[in-house]
Amino acid sequence: MGAENDKLVRMVNISKYFGEVAALKEENFEVGYNEVVGLIGDNGAGKSTLIKILTGVHTPDKGRIYFKGEEITYHSVERARELGIETVYQERALGEQQALWRNIFMGREMTTGLGFLQVKKAKKETEKILKEVIGFTAAGLTPDSVVKGLSGGEKQGVAIARALHFEAELIILDEPTMALSLSETKKVLNFVKGIKEQGRSCIFITHNIYHVYPAADRFVVLDRGRTVGEFEKKDISLEELVNKLYLVARTGEIS
Amino acid sequence: MLKRYLKLSEFKLQWSIFAILVALFTLFIIGDPRTFLFPDIYYSFMSTIPFMAIMALALTPVIICKEIDLSFPSIMGISAWMFASLSASTGNPTLALIISLITGLLAGLLNGILVAKVGLPSLIVTIGTMFFWKGLVLVFSAAGGITLVPLRGTVLFKSLVGRIGGVVPAQALWAVGLAFLFWLILNRHKFGTHIYFTGDNIESARMMGIPVNRVRMLVFTQLGFFAAFAGILLDLEMSYYWPTTGEGYLLGTMASVFLGGTSVFGGMGTIFGTFVGSIIIGSLETGIIAIGLSGYWTNLIYGLLIVISVSIHSILRRKA
Repeated sequence: MGAENDKLVRMVNISKYFGEVAALKEENFEVGYNEVVGLIGDNGAGKSTLIKILTGVHTPDKGRIYFKGEEITYHSVERARELGIETVYQERALGEQQALWRNIFMGREMTTGLGFLQVKKAKKETEKILKEVIGFTAAGLTPDSVVKGLSGGEKQGVAIARALHFEAELIILDEPTMALSLSETKKVLNFVKGIKEQGRSCIFITHNIYHVYPAADRFVVLDRGRTVGEFEKKDISLEELVNKLYLVARTGEIS
Repeated sequence: MLKRYLKLSEFKLQWSIFAILVALFTLFIIGDPRTFLFPDIYYSFMSTIPFMAIMALALTPVIICKEIDLSFPSIMGISAWMFASLSASTGNPTLALIISLITGLLAGLLNGILVAKVGLPSLIVTIGTMFFWKGLVLVFSAAGGITLVPLRGTVLFKSLVGRIGGVVPAQALWAVGLAFLFWLILNRHKFGTHIYFTGDNIESARMMGIPVNRVRMLVFTQLGFFAAFAGILLDLEMSYYWPTTGEGYLLGTMASVFLGGTSVFGGMGTIFGTFVGSIIIGSLETGIIAIGLSGYWTNLIYGLLIVISVSIHSILRRKA
């Protein structure tokens, strides 16, 4: 029991086939408590299949998943959310035309018995979340602000703040820096730091090693449905990691 | 920097539509002070506008959900027929009222099921049900009218379309009360929030655990219900059922909603805007004739108003 309990998530011998195509082949993947894992790989490497299995979108054909040492036997999106696994997608996290306070409580509204909203309480709570959890200092940003005016990085900040507020244990960021400017990318990396500081874990999915390197504790490199390399940040420099990724791209092997 | 974060100016939108209303009535008053400075014309508006206003209120959540319904005038028709024929044949208007409301509710639910469960586009579904209910009315009624004069004087009649204090039509109070109810649900209830998010971004709404299909089914269902209610009111107000009941309501009702600032792209719209929009649309024809223009001008001015106000909304939104 002890060994299994050391990790927040353990995915063991996971295989997933789509027809004849193996998207994942006996893959093992772990996330520790309070750990930020950079999940790196090209398109088609199996990153999103792995994550979709973890979040209950797909059911694995083979293998076991443990969360806090307990095996997950029933796979569904709701179940994963109940456990505290939350995914933040860049484009699909928020309702653009709605106020921030409504977005923070989307689907989890604070209501009275009859379903009427506790507007004041929700706005107050939102203000607190904006300030404390994510440290928004931008002038003029209030709970009544509409999402539309926020930048890409800020939007993800709100989605991350929301996940943290609702006690997510593991926050999965799917390509969070894609199409973001340099300064926006920096903001997102700060939000990831915030996750770490709050004692939670994070999977940072990307194909851009330069973005994930400063933020992650450990890197997992996927290629064609399996892990080809796993590195602790303390053991590898950015340059070495980049070189290894070139090698993977050319040969499919890490060394 | 600061400007980016400004609250989206829903207030400005609502003021702009209200300003159009004020400008319009100022024009009417200048054009024909002998009519528009006395209360009779306003009592008359209060008796005619509520049928469309109530349906426009109920159509608003459907549009906010990024759906469309073209069948509600036909649902109004079938429910109005149901009410008239049942109260004529059974002599029990209360029973007729209940069955008629249920008819509307089920007709709306059918739209909702076809859209949310079967997954058909609402535009196509409701073109189909529009013809279906209208056809059914013609088959059942054989294009004949039904007199409802015996209902005059009943409690039901008085409470739905009576004249309060001898002058104010009860249906106007119903419309105002329902407007408040719709505002409350849309702005202060969980269900309203779910409607906005479903129309805004159905994928993120679904992912955040909002039951988007149930939301979509319910918005169609309530529209069917309120179309039936409007049909019953119209029956009673006329004291006669016409087989053409419902015809002519489609475009005016939709125009009220869009005039009021509800976005056809979903996720945005206000009850205040719709309510004011329906007053504008509902008073325009009378006003145009009263100020001495011929009725030929009506459509032209409808068109102008809609294009201008929707442009204003769009510009205000882009700034925000």
